[in-house]
Amino acid sequence: MLRKFKSLKKTARTDFFTYLGVVVAFIVMFALQQAGALSSSVSSWLVPICCFIVMAVSLNLTVGILGELSLGHAGFMSVGAFSGVIAAMSLSEAIPFAPLRLALAILVGALFAALTGVVVGVPVLRLRGDYLAIVTLAFGQIIKDLINCLLVGYDSNGLHIIFNLSKLTIEDLHMDETGIAIIKGAQGATGIEKLATFPAGFILVMLTLVIVLNMVRSRTGRAVMAIRDNRIAAESVGINITKYKLIAFITSAALAGAAGALYGLNYGSLVSSRFDFNTSILVLVYVVLGGLGNIWGSIVAATVLYVLPEALREFQDYRMLAYAVVLILVMLATNNDRLKALLGRLLPRRKEEKDRG
Amino acid sequence: MKKLRLLSLAVAMMLSVCMLAGCSNSAQTSEAFKLGGIGPLTGDAAIYGNAAMNGAQIAVDEINAKGGIQFEFNPQDDVNVAETAVNAYNSLKDWGMQILVGTVTTTPCISVSAEAYADRIFALTPSASSSDVTAGKDNMFQMCFTDPNQGLSSADYMAENLAGKTVAIIYRNDDAYSQGIRDAFAAEAEVKGIEIVYEGTFTADTQTDFSVQVAAAQNAGAEIVYLPIYYTPASVILTQANAINYKPIFFGVDGMDGILTAEGFDASLAEDVMLLTPFSATLEDETNQNFVAEYQKRHNEVPNQFAADGYDCIYAIYNALTAAECTPDMSAEEICDKLIATFTSSDFSFTGLTGNDMTWSADGSIAKAPMAFIIKDGQYVLP
Repeated sequence: MLRKFKSLKKTARTDFFTYLGVVVAFIVMFALQQAGALSSSVSSWLVPICCFIVMAVSLNLTVGILGELSLGHAGFMSVGAFSGVIAAMSLSEAIPFAPLRLALAILVGALFAALTGVVVGVPVLRLRGDYLAIVTLAFGQIIKDLINCLLVGYDSNGLHIIFNLSKLTIEDLHMDETGIAIIKGAQGATGIEKLATFPAGFILVMLTLVIVLNMVRSRTGRAVMAIRDNRIAAESVGINITKYKLIAFITSAALAGAAGALYGLNYGSLVSSRFDFNTSILVLVYVVLGGLGNIWGSIVAATVLYVLPEALREFQDYRMLAYAVVLILVMLATNNDRLKALLGRLLPRRKEEKDRG
Repeated sequence: MKKLRLLSLAVAMMLSVCMLAGCSNSAQTSEAFKLGGIGPLTGDAAIYGNAAMNGAQIAVDEINAKGGIQFEFNPQDDVNVAETAVNAYNSLKDWGMQILVGTVTTTPCISVSAEAYADRIFALTPSASSSDVTAGKDNMFQMCFTDPNQGLSSADYMAENLAGKTVAIIYRNDDAYSQGIRDAFAAEAEVKGIEIVYEGTFTADTQTDFSVQVAAAQNAGAEIVYLPIYYTPASVILTQANAINYKPIFFGVDGMDGILTAEGFDASLAEDVMLLTPFSATLEDETNQNFVAEYQKRHNEVPNQFAADGYDCIYAIYNALTAAECTPDMSAEEICDKLIATFTSSDFSFTGLTGNDMTWSADGSIAKAPMAFIIKDGQYVLP
């Protein structure tokens, strides 16, 4: 068994450890949560951590695997969050069973985010150069402002949606007395039922890993990486550049939408300004610190960097300062040759592997 | 190395989890009530959070100095983000919070109030003014006016005292507070027959330049410019209106409070600005003056309405705890039930810095009379 495991390819082993790590972490945390051994703050981090892991892994697909810079990943999260919230709230009577409604909401979120991914990706990914960065940057802003203009309500007649270009209010939806307001323009979505659970988050993380890892190790993934490494060479062997770029980008957008739906259904209120440029950059920081193209690195980075500012609460007002200092230290440490050499000496096995490679 | 790094991370995580889990079991047998506070202490909205928490801290120190009921106050930062606010709330819960003062801003408050409702922890917000904050939650109370109430009062005041004048509104349409007041104002204006000749909007990203909106209001011939916004953008509007020599009556709400101390703003431009606010730092009242003096001593600035709201929250809770005969060894749930009964009972009223004989209804909103002030010689005076 062990020999068989050792004979596996290095990538396959890494993937195995990634899955194993996530499963073990889930089992440990879930058991602790069920036993009541977790403090309420730690329990409240679990779902957002799952969301941000999915965000980081999916952005890694665009930035690390495809090699295109995306600065509007939070925009897809926003689309997923709001469409997911609309789906969950309008289906609350049709489907009383909460986990099913959550699954549907996540699906709807992923679908709408994928659609916006198509809209953004089709024109931009045909170009060469850093256009995706510029367009996604604008896209994040546009989505924020579009959602600020959205008025959505639900009553016995179905869904009412108007796009508020003039001075309309929620009254202009003309809902009957059973109506509930879902999105009230800039005031965002309120009164959201908290459907998200830690097991649901875990399932979403596992699904994301299955999708992303299988894709990366498949023909598609090799084509995508070939485009990243040398576009001309990839083109010369007959790879359809736009198609593979689009596949990677839209998958990434859909997963971000799914993460957004889970996130949106974890809090009682949601405003579009939550998904601004800073959130996009935050996710990008997770990806860069975890290592471009390194999936388990993204998972670890997202978890640690999410917990860090919360764990630093004792520093009061200085916690974000401490957070920034820690970030800089991590970057220095991971790029320090002397430190790498020290670790290399401590772990001769690793060195051997490297020499062989 | 990868494996070792993973292992060490796992160990570190386990250790930190154990540490955190350890803290959570702290006993609740101390002598003092544990009050949690949540507000934006850093970030864009930090002035409001800091003011409310500083005001609350002054009240806590005064009460503790008196003897009798003792408070332990723990303010936490939420950066004006719902998610961080929920995290802050949970870390306060681990600390053993029995009563929540917060949260200061509206969107985080809606999320936190849902949690507090599920956990049965009594919450009194100094300044989260949307009606969504209290909707459907019996343990959530407000110290400030609701947004609709402010819009309504403004329209009523204009219909009564400034009848026949045309109005322009400039509001921030990506902000729940501003949008909420605007909607209520516009609805009431229609009822009262106030003519709105222009409505201009801006967002968080565009609040540094208002030349377009101000010029449009001038061209529309508005005699009153209604500003249901915070004082920082309002100070820019006043400066730019002065630059093009446009002098209508500027009418603000409680967010306008603080305009006289806005950074980099010539306070003389705020002359004749009218505002509806429950608090004025220049009133001659003794409690008021003591509070203002103490606040200035500690923080070297004039307290605004948020500070007064925070201060009042603590005293309202103090009075209610006294009336309900609560003791610090009670659980949060017991305190919650007693405080709800006290706050909504007909014989409980509270007089503080932001109003006299204030009462609360069962839906959590407050009843108090708004006061209209006009700024003359850098002072708020009654018109």
